[in-house]
Amino acid sequence: MGCATKAEHAASAPLPGVGGATAVAGGPPRCKLVLLGDSGVGKSALVQRQCRGTFNPDMTVTVGAAFLAHTLSLPSGVAVKFEIWDTAGQERYESLAPLYYRGATAAAIVFDVSSEKSFARAQHWVAELQRHASQRPLMVLVGNKTDLPAEERAVTREAAAELADSNDMLYIETSAKTGSNVAALFELIAEHIAAPPPT
Amino acid sequence: MDEEYDAIVLGTGLKECIISGLLSVDGLKVLHIDRNNYYGGQSASLNLNQLYERFRPGQQPPPALGPSRDYNVDLVPKFIMANGNMVKILIHTDVTKYLEFKSVDGSYVFNKGRVEKVPATDWEALKSPLMGLFEKRRAAKFFSFCQQYDEKNPQTWRNWDLSRMTMHELYTQFGLDVQTIDFVGHAIALHQNDAYMMQPAMPTVLKIKLYYESMMRYEGLTSPYIYPLYGLGELPQAFARLSAVYGGTYMLAKPDVEVVYDEAGVAVGVTSEGETAKAKFVVGDPTYFREKVRKSSRVVRAMCILSHPIPSTNDSHSVQIILPQKQLNRRHDIYVFCCSYTHNVAPRDKWIAFVSTTVETSDPQSELAPGLQLLGKIDEKFVEVVDVYEPVEDGSRDKAYISKGYDATSHFETEIHDVMDLYRRITGKPLDLDKEDLRKRQESQ
Repeated sequence: MGCATKAEHAASAPLPGVGGATAVAGGPPRCKLVLLGDSGVGKSALVQRQCRGTFNPDMTVTVGAAFLAHTLSLPSGVAVKFEIWDTAGQERYESLAPLYYRGATAAAIVFDVSSEKSFARAQHWVAELQRHASQRPLMVLVGNKTDLPAEERAVTREAAAELADSNDMLYIETSAKTGSNVAALFELIAEHIAAPPPT
Repeated sequence: MDEEYDAIVLGTGLKECIISGLLSVDGLKVLHIDRNNYYGGQSASLNLNQLYERFRPGQQPPPALGPSRDYNVDLVPKFIMANGNMVKILIHTDVTKYLEFKSVDGSYVFNKGRVEKVPATDWEALKSPLMGLFEKRRAAKFFSFCQQYDEKNPQTWRNWDLSRMTMHELYTQFGLDVQTIDFVGHAIALHQNDAYMMQPAMPTVLKIKLYYESMMRYEGLTSPYIYPLYGLGELPQAFARLSAVYGGTYMLAKPDVEVVYDEAGVAVGVTSEGETAKAKFVVGDPTYFREKVRKSSRVVRAMCILSHPIPSTNDSHSVQIILPQKQLNRRHDIYVFCCSYTHNVAPRDKWIAFVSTTVETSDPQSELAPGLQLLGKIDEKFVEVVDVYEPVEDGSRDKAYISKGYDATSHFETEIHDVMDLYRRITGKPLDLDKEDLRKRQESQ
């Protein structure tokens, strides 16, 4: 009897929830990517564009899919497995939980290039990230909505690049609507994760 | 906030967050509010600075204790039974993807002045120093019976009707002695007193079976328990996220939030900062319903920082020790819970140990002595006595669905019953955990 039960033991499952950004034996390196930024800057739209190739202008506040797994293969042949966390609307009333930031490998801090306010708030999100993340994640400042007409643009590329520089962030401009630079954003992160620059 | 919801949930303790998540998944429009600016309420995990603010206001933690942020000290520490309903809810809702769990090294029991590993299976019984040679064989037969018992298969019943036969009678059938019965009832079936002995045997046999199945549930378990990395405070956050993902709205830091009742005394919404949100019903922990709850007991807890594992636990990094009431001439068991840096709740080479029990005297702190004595040298100790409240009504009349406070036990089995009961009271249907889980539902879409 004792032996028979031991055999059952071997058939039992591994513990649930083995998350984290560590490389699984044989698999591609994993990257927990968290999206930050005010409501309405296009965080979910960027993910939708990258993972599903779609853009929905009527997308309201994120509901239903706030965790996406996405594997990206780089031209070098290296692949990165993204676990992308969206805010699920919890940023609206400043109620993002520390759990959200926990173990993040990378963070995309998104603002709307037509909104001075959302840009001013990017600094706030950088501070929140530094307060909660135990290890400093790779940070990318993302200026989204470059498809808008030039006269609506409220934040200059120079001002954004300067903010990124002073906080040791990368900077990229995207349009989730047209898809411009969205793949480049994810590749940029993947390249840095797969081969971190020498320190 | 001036809006209408199906449900408003007050307090972001674990029970409220599970309920909020389940209701959002069911398609209800949920508003979830906490008076504090952090998640978790009573189920939060504190860093060292927060711990000092709470227990030693005005004092700085000594540098020798290490960095504050490395601490995640539960206010209400509990281990999770690996095959229990808590894990079933985690898997059912796919919340496991937000969390990481690690097994708990050992489950121990205090017996005749010594700390011994709890034998939970027939073969462990044969090795256990808790019993003499003949008693080992009797216990092995008893465990074997419990492991194989199946309510639906009469062949496993041995012609006994466990829905009528008392547990005392079943023990007698196997000829188990008093010491064995003591650790089986308290450290395996997790009863808090001996009232179960005169009740039908079935629930206890199923609890013993659950303990055994939990040990078999995951690879390499050496106890039936698991525990999340970074502490229990991660759980409410994960369920809050589930609720948000399914449309729940979260508002923290509303210190003045209050329930609004109509003329008939029925809860119809909440108010805060001059705004009112309406809802069909309101759910919350007892602190939001002071006039609708009564004190059910008092719990005393000591939180201790150690620089070593608890002696006689085989250098375990995480361990539960149950001190059955009878061993101490008490009416309630004492629980010891210990975790370390391997579960990311303390800096390297530090252990966090908790000793808790239900208060029986006017000197609660000294009631913990038998548990504290097991810990060896204690670097720092914080003691708290908390009143535990329970709702007076079930919510059907006043639409105020109130959870119970957290008890002294160091495991989740009693708390999860309260969550399931709350869900049934609110929705009128039992929580069906065998239903297709959310991950599968999403994949099939």
